[in-house]
Amino acid sequence: MKYYDKLIFELSRPGRVGYELPENNYAVEGMKDIPSDLLRRNSPELPEVSELDVVRHYTNLSNKNFGVDTGFYPLGSCTMKYNPKINEEVAAMPQFAALHPMQDAGSAQGALELYWNLQHALSELAGFEEFTLNPFAGAHGELTGLMVMRSYHMARGDHKRTKVIVPDSAHGTNPASAMVSGLEVVEVKSRPNGSIDIEDLKPLLSDEIAGIMMTNPNTLGMFETEILEIARLVHEAGGLLYYDGANFNPLLGKVRPGDMGFDIMHINLHKTFSTPHGGGGPGSGPVGVAKHLVEFLPNPRIRKDENGRFYVDSSDSSLGRVSTFFGNFGVMMKAYAYILSLGKDGIRNVGPMATLNANYIKESLKDSYLLPIEGACKHEFVFDGLKDKSTGVTTLNVAKRLLDYGFHAPTIYFPLLFHESMMIEPTETESKETLDEFIDVMHTVAKEAAETPDTVKNAPITTLVRKLDETTAAKNPILNYRALRENMN
Amino acid sequence: MEIKENIRYAESHEWVSLEGDIATVGITDYAQHALGDIVYVDMPEVGDEVTAGEEFGAVESVKAASDLYSPVSGEVVEINEALEDEPGLINQDAFANWIMKVKVSDAAELDALLDAEAYRNICEE
Repeated sequence: MKYYDKLIFELSRPGRVGYELPENNYAVEGMKDIPSDLLRRNSPELPEVSELDVVRHYTNLSNKNFGVDTGFYPLGSCTMKYNPKINEEVAAMPQFAALHPMQDAGSAQGALELYWNLQHALSELAGFEEFTLNPFAGAHGELTGLMVMRSYHMARGDHKRTKVIVPDSAHGTNPASAMVSGLEVVEVKSRPNGSIDIEDLKPLLSDEIAGIMMTNPNTLGMFETEILEIARLVHEAGGLLYYDGANFNPLLGKVRPGDMGFDIMHINLHKTFSTPHGGGGPGSGPVGVAKHLVEFLPNPRIRKDENGRFYVDSSDSSLGRVSTFFGNFGVMMKAYAYILSLGKDGIRNVGPMATLNANYIKESLKDSYLLPIEGACKHEFVFDGLKDKSTGVTTLNVAKRLLDYGFHAPTIYFPLLFHESMMIEPTETESKETLDEFIDVMHTVAKEAAETPDTVKNAPITTLVRKLDETTAAKNPILNYRALRENMN
Repeated sequence: MEIKENIRYAESHEWVSLEGDIATVGITDYAQHALGDIVYVDMPEVGDEVTAGEEFGAVESVKAASDLYSPVSGEVVEINEALEDEPGLINQDAFANWIMKVKVSDAAELDALLDAEAYRNICEE
């Protein structure tokens, strides 16, 4: 394939256009009211290109892409499952896509009904009283959930609760969200298998604790078997339990976070509910809460009157708005299409198949790769690099070599509990043939590492872009065209 | 992996050597190796107070960002400015390329730290 690395700005030629606008008779009229100091004096530097330039440019760029539609993508903690095409078809329906957010609720009943139905489906799947679908992504959901937690304590006059407990193995967004919401992070240690150390947790529980943030299964893909005891202890101390839905996939249709004692959770629709994930998705991070927290959910909310008509409502007890309007509505449509396509029985197969696939890879590869935690995992697991450490071949080398064989690399160097972490999550949508192919390639790479380590260390060699200079990229990032131009001069 | 004799170590992989009441602090060769190529060192400012066991900065590598914990308490009297432009010096020689010098308030704090042999045992675990 021809190498292509141009920016659209480099194609720009003064005066070249790919469109024709009608004569403008209105602009000056409309701009009369804008204060002159707010008007820009120079035209924005937009690329001037023809339609063909644009088509070739983006087609060439898209050919460089690796996505779930091109190959196996076992990126741990990301749940890169297949995004069924019917989702896209549904989301593109003009009856929904062409709605205006300021439109009168009476003329958008279908959209409001979809929101209502989806939030009820999620409530049933996760075991909560009500969901808000307004947050735009997972981390935004975390922030919203923590704001619910804070509102709850404040409404009770319990102002001292400003600390939130986060396990040392948590996803980085957990402590980050806690900091952004104004809470102080207290770290609880995890045991070697990634589960929370109850003895380490007990002394942290005080009347200053707002709550705890957890995933279950935890970051190492192991089920937190003592979750009921943890929930009891945290509640006894007056705190709330937050469930990070990043690892919800293996439980889908089988186990409900609400039943485990969690009070609040967010769901990543772009993970568990098959909406696109890469390149910003966009995501969607619905937040569900137990009954005693419903009043704090963000505005606006959708309600149903006695005649079955839907309307938009706001309340004073709410924590306020976290979004303009109702979040990423197109993403909700895709998630809703996914739930309806699978149906109740189909959804029950998601968790078990995701779990079976992960365990199949783990058991097939543990002779070549170091498995720090034995036993059945859930939807993902972590290797601590190659078993044979004498070759000097690192996890990064293995990840790059996988690209040569047409597989996306797993998540590497996370979690930080091991030096050579390699986190693998196949998801339920892969066939046994694909898993076998991946397993064969992983064995081949381990063999290469032992016999011809330089082959692996010099990878990738077949990709459009060879080994990246990550150090220079981190030290001198060139993030836009202006910086590139300055760098070239 | 290199471990220097006759200096002290923290379990969080910082080393410290004391001359008079000035302690020189850096990260160990084991730490730089585990981190990989270091791209940024977040250092304190001269005049800052640091406390034994508490954070005084961070190192970022292409793999991860890690907090730095001060092995001693006292006032920062000098930082290694060469690391601002060339953080990778730590990868070349972690013991020669120290991060900060501290005027210690209690030299006895060093007794609580590990000696070379105890630190070697931790790294080999």
